[in-house]
Amino acid sequence: MSGITRAEVAHLAKLARLTLTDEQLDHYAEQLSVIIESVARVQEVAGADVPATSHPVPLVNVLRPDVVQPGLSNLDALAMAPAQEDGRFRVPRILDEE
Amino acid sequence: MDDLIRRSARELADLLQSGAVSAREVAVAHLDRIAEVDERVHAFLHVDRAHTLTQADDIDARRRAGEQMGPLAGVPLALKDVLAMRGQPTTCGSKMLEGWRPPYNATVVQRLLDNDIVILGKTNMDEFAMGSSTEHSAYGPTHNPWDLTRIPGGSGGGSAAALAAFEAPLAIGTDTGGSIRQPAAVTGTVGVKPTYGAVSRYGLVALASSLDQPGPCARTVEDTAMLHMAIAGHDPKDSTSLDMPWPDMVAAAQRRDLAGVRVGLVRELGGEGFQAGVRQRFDEAVALLTSLGADVVEVSCPSFDYALAAYYLILPSECSSNLAKFDGMRYGLRVGDDGDHSVEQVMGLTRAAGFGPEVTRRIMLGTYALSSGYYDAYYGSAQKVRTLIQRDFDAAFATCDVLISPTSPTTAFPLGSKLDDPLSMYLQDVATIPVNLAGNAGMSLPIGLAPEDGLPVGLQIIAPIKGDARLYEVGGALEAALHAAWGHGILAEAPAL
Repeated sequence: MSGITRAEVAHLAKLARLTLTDEQLDHYAEQLSVIIESVARVQEVAGADVPATSHPVPLVNVLRPDVVQPGLSNLDALAMAPAQEDGRFRVPRILDEE
Repeated sequence: MDDLIRRSARELADLLQSGAVSAREVAVAHLDRIAEVDERVHAFLHVDRAHTLTQADDIDARRRAGEQMGPLAGVPLALKDVLAMRGQPTTCGSKMLEGWRPPYNATVVQRLLDNDIVILGKTNMDEFAMGSSTEHSAYGPTHNPWDLTRIPGGSGGGSAAALAAFEAPLAIGTDTGGSIRQPAAVTGTVGVKPTYGAVSRYGLVALASSLDQPGPCARTVEDTAMLHMAIAGHDPKDSTSLDMPWPDMVAAAQRRDLAGVRVGLVRELGGEGFQAGVRQRFDEAVALLTSLGADVVEVSCPSFDYALAAYYLILPSECSSNLAKFDGMRYGLRVGDDGDHSVEQVMGLTRAAGFGPEVTRRIMLGTYALSSGYYDAYYGSAQKVRTLIQRDFDAAFATCDVLISPTSPTTAFPLGSKLDDPLSMYLQDVATIPVNLAGNAGMSLPIGLAPEDGLPVGLQIIAPIKGDARLYEVGGALEAALHAAWGHGILAEAPAL
């Protein structure tokens, strides 16, 4: 299960929204292959009968009373925005031009 | 006032309560120490002298007015830069959050302020808490006060170094796979990872949400217990916070009676790959525990051999999801917003520019482990290993009150020596990771210096979930015996800075 290709790394980088150079893709392909080969051994040990644990100390139905509480003000929320306009976050274009 | 910086938090608290010193005098002594040595140590990313003195003056004024103060009122503390503090820079050691000032306080920070603990500044760390050396900080590494050419551990190397350099008597860390305990071990200080859910994660910038836990760091077991009491407790803002009363950790630290306490030696944590001097000091500590009346037995936890592999699938998976929020839209860095680039391109450029190599590596590893076709084989299998590790702990705690191991396989290694070898760096946490996977409580405390390099060695104590007080009972007794044998604390042996 070793040997992750540069094309696979490029796909992962796209999924993770990381714009990497070709040189970086090669470097990470090499390092990720070594790491993945090493961690693949988790598949050796647990049989199908072992349940998965997602949380070490599980709590269920943690709810607070349904009462209105003060939240972050518009001013506070926007205070650190890279760009803003009319009391809202200003972001680059979302849709492709035709 | 040089004397003040060498005092324990307990001693400072007593001096403050008696009126022998003011919070301002204590704060000034520590701020002066930081000004004197931190250019070389680089434990702090941010110090706001005026802000700190304002807080100290306010505490002095209220004490003079007769207000009833908390036990640590006026004692200074170093805060890991991964916890949000309103209006103060919070970078997580990353360029992604350079200049960001949070609009709210983490619950831990709010509790520190409510307890009138004086916050000296924010400490250096591996970027977003990923690393074991603090070398992955975007702002340069922290240096180990024992030897400035060596690592202070990580990710919380700044907090541990601040303690060891006498820049602060108390510090806050966060521990996802050993980031409190391993830095404590390699700097000759004490650190505790509480039971998962004991200390609120609200306002802690998440690395891996099912593993992260804030905790107390100090130079003595008792000081660590005092800080533990100040920050632990239920928080409605954290849905994984435990709603239960906790026993008095300070009383546990003072008990100093190990008669009949059953201590389990974990066979899988301490053999091959552990430095000779680490093993030697550990064996001596085991003999000391026995002489103090503890009943030491060997236990086996075979699944621990798979803990590191499981951890490096679970952690990257959770981190790739948690760090998706750093996209340059609402706060933090934004790169390439020139009117031409689309939002996706801006996100890609921002994240490539804002994240360092270790963060990038782990995000991609997690993206891989969670991608369709690999999910069951990697993330699914790792979660099953987590179950097996919990079962091993359950079996061990059926016969033992606590478990012990060396905290870290080696003493502090030279800066730069493992930087481009991620797997070798990951092995630093081989003994601490099982504790995070299972949610237990763990402590590291100094047990001596390795003969071959004269650097501190840490012993890890592990307690069952919700059994945090046992850490302090065993740690307090062991520390008292060691201090009696040495005639002083271990940091008295550290070279002058």
